Amino acid sequence: MTPDTTGGEITIASNDDVVRVRQLVRTAAAAAGLSLVDQTKIVTAASELARNTLIHGGGGSARVESAARAGRRPGVRITFTDDGPGIPDVDQALTEGWTSGGGLGLGLPGARRLVDEFELRTEPGAGTTVTVTKWPR
Amino acid sequence: MAEERGLATEAAGATAPMAKLLRADAGRVLDRWVELVAGNVRGRITERELRAELAELFDLLVRALDDADGAERGELRAALAEISRGRARQGFSPTETAVGVFALKQAVLEAIEADGAGYAGFVPFSAFVDDLGLVTFETYAAEREQVIVDQAEQLLELSTPVVKLWDGILGVPLVGTLDSARTQVVMESLLQMLVDTGSEFAVIDITGVPAVDTEVAQHLLKTVMAARLMGTDCVISGIRPQIAQTIVGLGIEFGDIVTKATLADALAYTLRRRGVRIEDGD
Amino acid sequence: MDRVPILKIGAVLLVSIQIDLEDQTVLALQEDLADRITRTGARGVIIDITAVDVVDSFIGRMFATIAAMSRLMDAETVVVGMRPAVAITLVELGLSLGGVRTALDLEKGMRLLGVAVPGADGR
Repeated sequence: MTPDTTGGEITIASNDDVVRVRQLVRTAAAAAGLSLVDQTKIVTAASELARNTLIHGGGGSARVESAARAGRRPGVRITFTDDGPGIPDVDQALTEGWTSGGGLGLGLPGARRLVDEFELRTEPGAGTTVTVTKWPR
Repeated sequence: MAEERGLATEAAGATAPMAKLLRADAGRVLDRWVELVAGNVRGRITERELRAELAELFDLLVRALDDADGAERGELRAALAEISRGRARQGFSPTETAVGVFALKQAVLEAIEADGAGYAGFVPFSAFVDDLGLVTFETYAAEREQVIVDQAEQLLELSTPVVKLWDGILGVPLVGTLDSARTQVVMESLLQMLVDTGSEFAVIDITGVPAVDTEVAQHLLKTVMAARLMGTDCVISGIRPQIAQTIVGLGIEFGDIVTKATLADALAYTLRRRGVRIEDGD
Repeated sequence: MDRVPILKIGAVLLVSIQIDLEDQTVLALQEDLADRITRTGARGVIIDITAVDVVDSFIGRMFATIAAMSRLMDAETVVVGMRPAVAITLVELGLSLGGVRTALDLEKGMRLLGVAVPGADGR
């Protein structure tokens, strides 16, 4: 199964799926014409979020697609979805240095700084969806 | 968009009779068209090139005129857009570019008059050519926009040189107003140059920068931090009093980043760090 | 799962990362290194990341962990060859890698550890 260069969907169930998400995002970001630095930023953000999906969401999926906006070149959008326990306190989860266990607490706030658009939807018991977008400069 | 609406809804049936006329009179109309356009663009494009271009357009146009499904029209539009882009790059005015299309109307009109054929087919044909004129205009404008964007980028690269001050020491003399985008370009090209040249030291000199805002100060700070992660050392020199006030006032933590008053001080500092001994000549 | 090979050059252990790191590989590398440092009595560890195009917080934390761990066993750690795009991203991510020494390339990293590099100009 080879997804095309501009997108695809990957099930996140193990550690090597995190690597596969990185590779798919890298290909899509290069295809969208992002600069090398911006490619690295979105891939790193995707890596953080994919790991979150795996560890905190108990697995889920990542969908990579081309994002359109009027009159400008299209960007890269990634949507991470899980059916996990959700995030009880979103403000806290987005706070620098706060960690639910083990990590440095950079995951969500760090990923947010690396992208142009960041959207988080969550409900306790109903899973979490994080959507991030990076536009070409 | 204008060309979409115009070319797509134009009934093929209405322009088909004109296609027949153009086929019959192809040689004469094309000659006259080339002649009219050549008078307009004299000297900047050879008559042979022009003839080749217009002959191709003419051929596509005739096929587009009695084309029902629109595929030929798409091809015509693409060829026309290509020519308009070229004209915009070569510095032709929009009028000169559009007249190249409109001149066809005159050439056709003259052919109709000479033949004594009716004008009935001419009205839909004229509307069709007008739409093509709009295509050239839109493409022309879009291409000029692109030229401006490209030039802005080139200017950005020109204004951010990275120079070698000494073996293993790079310098970035920044002059003029720094915005976030330019600072980012400097940051990236400096770090890449450190790798490419194997230099372990860099001096960012901002003597020529009148003011910085929070974002720019942050970018400078991040450059120094990123340089450090790469195993190199970045010194900032020439911070003006106003900028020093801004940095302190904004509460930006410059921490243990080395700053020097002048580029000379910074160079002396990096030379010392590099183990170079400086002796006074006199 | 791939394992990252550890080479020994004199008193220095060299880890050159050439693969896309997954978390298990990172954890295994930490264990392997600790083991090799005790067994060989190495005085220095060089992690070459010239070929690595993404360092996220997990991988970044590995550098810090290895550095702290080897320090306890009296060995210095140097991370060499970080790409500009990776460095910029780490800064933006908020990871400072405190306590980890870095060098531009392998040769400079060796020199930082006090290892003479044959053929180098000595600077």
